[in-house]
Amino acid sequence: MQISGKKSKILMKAKTSEDIKKLLKEQVLSDPVNEPSHELKKELSYIGRERVHEPVIYVGMATCGRAAGASKTYEAIKNYLNEHQLKVQLTEGGCVGLCSAEPIVDIQLPGKTRLSFSNITEDQVEHLLDEVMNNHLPELNIIGQYQSDIQQPWEGVKFIEEHPFFSGQQKTLLKNCGIIDPVAVDQYIARGGYQAFSSAIARLTPAQVCGEIEKSGLAGRGGGGFSTGKKWAATLNAVSEQKYFVCNAVESDPGSYMNRAIIESNPHGLVEAALLAAYAVGASKAYIFIRKEFKLAIERLKKAIVNAKEYGLIGHNIFDSGVNIDIIVKEGARAFVCGEETALINSIEGKRAMPTSKPPYPAVKGLWNKPTIVNNVETLYNVPLIIKNGAEWFRKTGNESSKGTKLFTLSGKVKNYGTIEVPMGITFREIIDKIGGGMSNGKNFKAIVLGINSGSYIVEETLDVQVDFEALRKIGSALGSGACVVVDDSTCMVDLAKFFTAFFQKESCGKCIPCREGTARMLEVMQGATRRPVGKKSHQPLERFKGVMQLKGLSSVIKDTSLCSLGKSSPNAILNTLKNFKKEFDAHIFERKCPANVCRDLRIFVIDVEQCTGCAACFKKCPVDAIIGSPRYPHFIVEEKCIGCGTCYEVCKFNAVIIK
Amino acid sequence: MKPELEEIFQKFPNRQREDLIPLLQQIQDDFGFLSKEIITGVGEYLDISINKIYGVATFYDNFRFGPVGRYHIRVCHGTACHVAGTSTILQELERQLRIKPGETDKEGLFSLEVVSCIGACGLAPLLEINEEYFTHLNLEKIKDILADFREKEQNTYES
Repeated sequence: MQISGKKSKILMKAKTSEDIKKLLKEQVLSDPVNEPSHELKKELSYIGRERVHEPVIYVGMATCGRAAGASKTYEAIKNYLNEHQLKVQLTEGGCVGLCSAEPIVDIQLPGKTRLSFSNITEDQVEHLLDEVMNNHLPELNIIGQYQSDIQQPWEGVKFIEEHPFFSGQQKTLLKNCGIIDPVAVDQYIARGGYQAFSSAIARLTPAQVCGEIEKSGLAGRGGGGFSTGKKWAATLNAVSEQKYFVCNAVESDPGSYMNRAIIESNPHGLVEAALLAAYAVGASKAYIFIRKEFKLAIERLKKAIVNAKEYGLIGHNIFDSGVNIDIIVKEGARAFVCGEETALINSIEGKRAMPTSKPPYPAVKGLWNKPTIVNNVETLYNVPLIIKNGAEWFRKTGNESSKGTKLFTLSGKVKNYGTIEVPMGITFREIIDKIGGGMSNGKNFKAIVLGINSGSYIVEETLDVQVDFEALRKIGSALGSGACVVVDDSTCMVDLAKFFTAFFQKESCGKCIPCREGTARMLEVMQGATRRPVGKKSHQPLERFKGVMQLKGLSSVIKDTSLCSLGKSSPNAILNTLKNFKKEFDAHIFERKCPANVCRDLRIFVIDVEQCTGCAACFKKCPVDAIIGSPRYPHFIVEEKCIGCGTCYEVCKFNAVIIK
Repeated sequence: MKPELEEIFQKFPNRQREDLIPLLQQIQDDFGFLSKEIITGVGEYLDISINKIYGVATFYDNFRFGPVGRYHIRVCHGTACHVAGTSTILQELERQLRIKPGETDKEGLFSLEVVSCIGACGLAPLLEINEEYFTHLNLEKIKDILADFREKEQNTYES
């Protein structure tokens, strides 16, 4: 496509939003295959804010940023700009992934590369802006500068790609996150967005889209790892006058938030993916089912949909192709089981979110008994990239059995944490040591806890296992949803297994007996193992040991007979704890001790006679009158009466109460 | 029937089963909780039996059947928070407020809710009170936070 000299002059003046809209629709979306001309590229770089006419400041305002105080920083910057009457664009950005450095503030001056600063609290704003607005580098925590071919770099500042947290990652899905204004459709299009969809409806048949996805080897990222292309083809081939597409954005794993972070930071990516998926399976309605608590994600997603509608990307007869697709955001009520596709469908229909038996699979008989595809958020974000760059491009990343990249929420006792994207095939050791920057407090690494639906642990011996569906299956683990919580010696694994079991017991929908009753029995055994013996007969070591022995049998029954994957995965945490941390289990059962000193009910408190001043603070507070003594003389704890609540430990001002 | 309820009903003209959950959510947003009268009203409007509505509403965690306090405390209990010691924090809150999760105290000042993963695992353990976040909690901080809110309440009452 060639643009005449005269036209390019008009292009350079494209400043109002109407001009930009016209330009992007006519020059970019209608003809995304041809290489854009030099002038158009330059204009796009301005629209996409790779270059700027006036300074731009971005504040990382996803949930993680807000929790760290980004709202106050934003207000402080706004006040500063008003006070100094500076013409600067202030933008609420998304999350770049490095949550440990929040609040993050990025500044881009005309002609210069973009700088990124970490931990900018409201009181640092003035100093930061005083310096940067006068072209000085402040002595603040600089994360780095963004690499750019067309901008002049700052001297003596490292590139952000060299930061250890980013250098180990491969950002494809997260490429725009934290970089662009999340809701601005023009920025997304100028950086290559919506072009996969517009070219697909113009040039590819739905079957070709399905074929391309199947060829790429994209597997469902929700944990199952089933081929997405094959699933789609089944729905495409099903005969029905109405089909539905549903995006599962429930993300109820208590240890991960990467799906929410990516929606908050780049909602247009999900809208485009949903459009493509709906087109590929022949659905005219696409639902995005998202938890109501994700307020910010919903707000931005809805704004993104409105903006995309203005460009004619959603609705009736999109770009005169005869394709009709409507996107509906469905705010779901909270229940962990909603992550199961049949339960999710029931929830959309206004019923209790209870799973139904499969087959029939939703791909054949789903929402209102019509063929329905349910896909996970992360899976979907891959789709536009595959259509744009081709299946071969996608296959280049990853190892032999798993292709592409994987998102994780890295948290726990590591130095750098946040949302990360790594190529499949990377080892867990690299994730912790390189990206995570090692253990945060110098303590010993104990395990990586993967998502709750996998219930698996990566321990020292398995740290060199690759992130790969097959490799993990071989060691009896599963990748899970993408939580990656690093724990050290101070965590009790038995307590953690109890936490997971309690979670499943609470979230069991109650439809099938193995899950409803089984999880309750498992929890009882776990509570017995982490409690001090009360009464004579119960909880004797032998009884408790028997309980633990029964766990294995119980687990296999639950695994074999539960209706849905929630029930099937509920015993995993316990089984894996028994496998990897047998010693800790034994200490709890036979010695009645918690090596990590976490299980409150197993702690035995004694009073150090040397330290006790006889202030009687513990005596007064003890809820069960287990402390005896006279004022001004050392007190004693009667072990038989003590329930291990720890009140005396907390109220003692002289550190006289110690844990034995 | 309250006129506000009528207004909400008008937003759902289709009167379908699929409207039930969004309708209940909207009512809870506006009224704070679902009372017996409201559920009866919804049942008549959508032509669904009250049993079925209770069946749905009690299934999901976020529907409430009583009012929340002026300060609604949401404690994050995700995996990262649990590892960082949320259980102790929660126990302390229960002790100080004398309520269990899902309850509201007698004065109607505080209510407690446990949620799974607020989405800021790096700042664990954390809680949220009326959309304000409190991070890296310990027992001392809990005492201070509650004292601050009580003082604030006292001041507004006096003025």
